[in-house]
Amino acid sequence: MEIVRPQNRRNLLSSSNEAVSAPTIPLYRSAPPLEVRLEDFESFAIDRLRVLKGISDGMSRGKKAEEMENLVKDLWKVNMRHQEATQVLNKDIISHFVLRLVYCRTEDLRKWFLSMESALFRYRFRLLNAEAQRTVMEEFDLPYRAVSNVEFESIKEKLGQVARSMGQPSPTADAIFYKVPFEEVPELVAGRRVFINQGYAYVAMNQIVSLVATQFRSQLSKALILTNRKWTSSIREQEKHRLTPIVEALSSSYLGPDYSQSREYADISLKDIDQVAKSSFPLCMRHLFDKLKEDHHLKHGGRMQLGLFLKGVGLNLDDALAFWRSEFSKKVGLEKFEKQYAYNIRHNYGKEGKRTDYTPYSCQKIISSTPGAGDHHGCPYRHFSEENLRAALSGMGVNSQAMEDVMDKVRNRHYQLACTLTFEALHGMPCDAGINHPNQYFSDSQKILKPKVAYSLQLVIQTNTC
Amino acid sequence: MIPQQEPDFNLNHLKLYYGKLFPFADLVRWVSYGNDGKHPGCDQSYIGRREFSFTLENDIYLRFQSFHNALELENSIKEKTPVKIDIGPVYTVDPAKRNAYAQSGDNNVFAPVERELIFDIDMSDYDDVRYCCSGADVCLVCWPLMTIAIKVIDTALRDDFGFKHILWVYSGRRGVHCWVCDGKARRLTNEQRGAIADYFRVYKGNENSHKKVSLMGAALHPFLATSYTNVLKNYFEKNLLTGQNLLATEERYEKILDMIPDESIASELRGRWQDSRRSSSAKEDINVVRWEQCKQLLQSGKHKAQGLRRCIEEIVFCFTYPRLDMEVSKHMNHLLKAPFCVHPKTGRVCVPIDPKRCEEFDPTTVPTLSQLIEELNYEGSRADADGESNRTSLGNAITLFRSSFLQPLLKACKEEIENSYNLKLQQSKNSLGW
Repeated sequence: MEIVRPQNRRNLLSSSNEAVSAPTIPLYRSAPPLEVRLEDFESFAIDRLRVLKGISDGMSRGKKAEEMENLVKDLWKVNMRHQEATQVLNKDIISHFVLRLVYCRTEDLRKWFLSMESALFRYRFRLLNAEAQRTVMEEFDLPYRAVSNVEFESIKEKLGQVARSMGQPSPTADAIFYKVPFEEVPELVAGRRVFINQGYAYVAMNQIVSLVATQFRSQLSKALILTNRKWTSSIREQEKHRLTPIVEALSSSYLGPDYSQSREYADISLKDIDQVAKSSFPLCMRHLFDKLKEDHHLKHGGRMQLGLFLKGVGLNLDDALAFWRSEFSKKVGLEKFEKQYAYNIRHNYGKEGKRTDYTPYSCQKIISSTPGAGDHHGCPYRHFSEENLRAALSGMGVNSQAMEDVMDKVRNRHYQLACTLTFEALHGMPCDAGINHPNQYFSDSQKILKPKVAYSLQLVIQTNTC
Repeated sequence: MIPQQEPDFNLNHLKLYYGKLFPFADLVRWVSYGNDGKHPGCDQSYIGRREFSFTLENDIYLRFQSFHNALELENSIKEKTPVKIDIGPVYTVDPAKRNAYAQSGDNNVFAPVERELIFDIDMSDYDDVRYCCSGADVCLVCWPLMTIAIKVIDTALRDDFGFKHILWVYSGRRGVHCWVCDGKARRLTNEQRGAIADYFRVYKGNENSHKKVSLMGAALHPFLATSYTNVLKNYFEKNLLTGQNLLATEERYEKILDMIPDESIASELRGRWQDSRRSSSAKEDINVVRWEQCKQLLQSGKHKAQGLRRCIEEIVFCFTYPRLDMEVSKHMNHLLKAPFCVHPKTGRVCVPIDPKRCEEFDPTTVPTLSQLIEELNYEGSRADADGESNRTSLGNAITLFRSSFLQPLLKACKEEIENSYNLKLQQSKNSLGW
């Protein structure tokens, strides 16, 4: 299906900038009573998906708030305009509700959609002027009042401390603060960006985005569950021949493969594992693998990250048990391994507890993890000190020129690009898609290395027969 | 070091302990949160939706056990003699019947709805800052690290987050557990739990990064500033500095010099400290002398430059600030060992710790299973069988649990149940009248 006709492009570009500076943001509280043409149904959704996917990429590169703001502004401008100015808002609303249907259907899909839509809302909110922000806030009908002068005076010193701890000037007497239960602003609590006293957080006017974004998120989260119920109970069946195929195609096209089942290069066996670890593991896994061999132990975060990766690579449960057993038993003994660790390995393979077949971690998840004392998991490009990263890279065989390129990406917090460059340096081949998943690194690497083997075999056969 | 004697733990003794001493009624009254009462506002299904999990000998795990009252729990424990009892969350439905609900097709029917906010602090996470012992061992020289953790976290939970019903428990070997039991805490979402855990997180290093603590900005957040001045600084200077001999040898002071970003200052200090003749005035403790030199140089006027401003604080935080096992706190469905269990390796009972007097807590004098059984035998020979725990050294622990935690908690629960019931009544009246 043709998504955007080229002759329309020009018209689009000439139309106004209103999409970004629209006076307000819809809160998507109820589905619009609009008639939607089937092709709009799909093309609007794809346009919005481009925005969400762009946000997801930006976040996994560790972009700062200001960078994200610009990114969202551009993504929105490019994808979400409409030739008729009056239709801009409709497109926004329709595309949201279509994707809600697409992404309501599993826990993973909901999670992804929820965090991308929340991020989109957040940055669109930040782009609004103060008056428009207040309008949105009023629409949420939040029951919070600004802190009185008397109360402000009594905690002025603490508020100043918080501001200065973030490198901002102390608030002046006319600054507005809202006093809200700390539960309402988890991200401000997590970053210690608010003063908290007796269960209340003091939120500055310029932090109010956290408050509305949290509201937006929790409303959307509930709505997604309801949509899912409606989908399974009626919509899927009713729309079997019309919307259902579109909906099902849309979700799979953009999230990428989940690598929970290894396909092409399945069944690596135990005897090959040392060799493929050297040739085809990304640094994050290579490091865990080496540490495991060295210490005969990994803490929980490391066991999860490496264990699920190995599962994705094609190590079956019996081999996985044998692999972990052979290392751990050297340190903790066989008995303790069987008692304390074997359960978790079977659990990862969906053989214990909830019996969920867990999926290997993506780069985004690994980058955002928080390894602590004694931990070796996480993304080396993000979590290693510069010296350690350099040592690890040269250990892998990255030459000094490539090393500088990698370090340059690391300094700009493009961790996945740094990993991509490492891949390219080691394989002598471009990796156009970029690295988004450790298991993708592995399969791309095997694709490059394995055919060579097959090819040289072929040569041998040919020369023999000559 | 706490000796790991086998005689301190055996199953026959454990059976006797569960039979005569274990406070089943107190435990169940606690996790019922007032719902075991007669008031019409009580949720009679509440206790039955709580997961208990038993670990039997030979590491057989029995998960998703549930009980309707103290007697059922008591009978089951006496029958199975678990070496460990864990408490999980309260679910939407009775966890023992989860499979029946799962077959109904909807995956969301069985989900955790309530759980205490919990913290697990484990001494083995401090191995890079203690030199007395390592791994699972603890002694009186490193235990102050746990005292610090209790003081810092307990104060912030009360003053910052406004929680009131907080139970601290010795984990039986190498650390402490914390249960925050206010209604508001039990109903936190995973995201909110994660936020609180992150609020407490200062130590950002892992094995492969350089600096373990990094404090940015022109000021410390009020929570960190208060912790520093009220707890960390004193414990560092008055206790750990000399107790752990943090600056006594080259290997150790190098670790601290490593944290000073200005190479010229680091090498000046190194020069002074390597020259042992001058610093061997013998009268004063070498750690104290060196720390004073370090402070003086880093805080003297000419070095008040960027980056060095926070250096002293960073060193102190690195060696004292609590290190939480974040994953335990972040998710509702994490299990945590119940208080009054006996640790199978040490034989010690997981007794409550009074946060107001936590500096007096001594892990090496916590009652052990064999000691309790001995006391029981001695007492048994001369007295009746009533309230036996009172006459053993477990009595104090149970009294503390009741007076400082359980009684105020149940009072608050009762009020909460009555208030919400009255409110509901009011609302239905209003809607009827209308």
